[in-house]
Amino acid sequence: MIDTLPPAVIFLLGAMLTPFFKGKWKSVFMLLIPVVGFLNLIQIPEGNHCTVHFLDYTLVFCRMDRLSFVFGTIFHLISFIAILYSLHVKDGIQHAAGLVYAGSALGVVYAGDFFSFFVFWEMLTISSIFLIWARRTKAALDAGYRYLLVHAAGGLCLLAGIVIQVNQTGSIAFGFLGLNGLGTWLIFLGFGVNCAWPFFHPWLTDAYPEATITGTIFLSAFTTKAAVYALARAFPGTEALIWIGAVMAGFPIFYAVIENDLRRVLAYSLINQVGFMVCGIGIGTELAINGAVAHAFNDVLFKALLFMSMGAVMYRTGKINATDLGGLYRTMPLTCIFCMVGAASISAFPFFSGFVSKSMVMDAAAGGHMSVIWFILLFASAGVFHHAGIKIPFFAFFSHDSGLRPKEAPLHMLLAMGLTAFLCIFIGSFPGPLYSILPYPVEYVPYTAPHILGQTQLLFFSALAFTLLLLAGIYPAEIRAINLDVDWFYRKGGRLFFLLMDKGLNGLNHWCDLIFVKGIAGWICRLSKDVAARGALLVMVSFWIATGLRDERLSIRKLNLYADIMEGNWPAGISAGVAVAAIFLVFMMV
Amino acid sequence: MEEKPTDSKTYLFDKPKNVKILLGCFYGSLMVLLFLDLFVSKHPYFPCEGWPEFYAVYGFVACVVLVIVAKYVLRPLMKRREDYYD
Repeated sequence: MIDTLPPAVIFLLGAMLTPFFKGKWKSVFMLLIPVVGFLNLIQIPEGNHCTVHFLDYTLVFCRMDRLSFVFGTIFHLISFIAILYSLHVKDGIQHAAGLVYAGSALGVVYAGDFFSFFVFWEMLTISSIFLIWARRTKAALDAGYRYLLVHAAGGLCLLAGIVIQVNQTGSIAFGFLGLNGLGTWLIFLGFGVNCAWPFFHPWLTDAYPEATITGTIFLSAFTTKAAVYALARAFPGTEALIWIGAVMAGFPIFYAVIENDLRRVLAYSLINQVGFMVCGIGIGTELAINGAVAHAFNDVLFKALLFMSMGAVMYRTGKINATDLGGLYRTMPLTCIFCMVGAASISAFPFFSGFVSKSMVMDAAAGGHMSVIWFILLFASAGVFHHAGIKIPFFAFFSHDSGLRPKEAPLHMLLAMGLTAFLCIFIGSFPGPLYSILPYPVEYVPYTAPHILGQTQLLFFSALAFTLLLLAGIYPAEIRAINLDVDWFYRKGGRLFFLLMDKGLNGLNHWCDLIFVKGIAGWICRLSKDVAARGALLVMVSFWIATGLRDERLSIRKLNLYADIMEGNWPAGISAGVAVAAIFLVFMMV
Repeated sequence: MEEKPTDSKTYLFDKPKNVKILLGCFYGSLMVLLFLDLFVSKHPYFPCEGWPEFYAVYGFVACVVLVIVAKYVLRPLMKRREDYYD
């Protein structure tokens, strides 16, 4: 019985109605969608709503609890910000795709059963791909196809897992699973693809930097965070996640240091930040889960802020490679300041949002005496400051003077960035409101003297390392180049596969043609005609000799008969006649 | 390709003096942080956390290692021309 409106419905309806509005009304209408959605969200009481009976199963479209509420809140907030940021876009497809994408993410978060969960999960992929293709470049088109293939594979893996799981348990309710058996492992891996686990991750660093300026803001928020939600729902406390998260936090920072495309640097740091969340979910204590969820909340904001500032630079200059940029603080001072707020937040400076959430995961790891994990995470914390905290603002807004003097970003972009920057500082300075909506009660106190000092030292001395390496000329110069990643296996490997199939199967075809079609079949054909001809000759020659034919006339007759049979109308006619006779015979007998 | 600036205005960091002031403030704050470390009582989870200046040393070493590995190991292995996949 439908008693409440599921949060996804408002966005999906909104997406359908958007094309009917024009000009300013369109902007107002789109901005109202997340506002109305949020007003609807906060009045939904806890529990399962919008249950629909379908065959023998019960579908739940709105499961409201503390976990889904946090993700619902941040998804509404970031939708509002991203829509505000993209008001200048005239392309209706992007608006519709963005709204459907946000709606699908909400659908995933509020789905209480596997069926609706899977449908919304697939809608995430389908709608997001239009944000990539809308860039309308060949690179974006190709990256979009690769994105689609990887997610289709992940989706099938998830579907296989769901089918096995539902078969075994007989229930389609989606809740805690834990790793036990093939079905849950497949679901786990399916989530992992969307979560950009190591080896599954290149779809993210491949496609996000190819998407449109505004599309990337939506992309950076939803797919990975919906996967984090799914993991927090189904696999909290799974030990494998601790190590997966630690690797995710660690390896992308090396790539980020040598990457030239600044939005790709941010894509790598996105994986690095999701690593902290995955690790927290793996640790699974109340503190760790709170930390992971709070960090997801904050990451959506500061990562969007960084992508927005780089998007504004790209919008004004048309360039995004570090080699082409530099010195933009002169004419884009506000964008520069907002970018630095985002950089300070992702680096977890005290009084910026990252500080109050990342430290929860770190403390949970330390409290569980996981020293190796803790050291990796601390290394990742220093590293993220190094590439996202310093590299992004430095190479775009300072560094050498590129000579570019672009205008400041448009007003709506500045408003979107300003709002996000305000939230980053507000949450960092007053974490109480965020802590109050986390899944478990929070007793954690982020602001203690040793913690503030330790974190500040870590960051300042990372900055010192950057400064000294740069002044000494050791810091890797930005080079126009790309760096290989795991996607090599399906980009080059795909070609190798194609080559193998082409040479292998087509070669096999060719040889089969030579041996069987042209060789053996021809030989059998000739043989069967020859045998028939020789048989006929044997009979006929005796007959002709008996009738008195001799010498030349006999040999002419022999030649004619042999040629007639080899030419071949007779055998076909004869076999057709025999076949008809056989059928007639069978018919008569029956 | 270096483009000529379209204006001849001087901005904040065009003056070398301002860059020097900024760096001076930065180095000064590092000193303050090192100094403060001696007076803050710590509650370490791991013994090494309690060592004096642990976070400063770790942050510095981590970033140097990060850059060295990225530049001298990862880049030679992974760098390709921009049209590699085309």
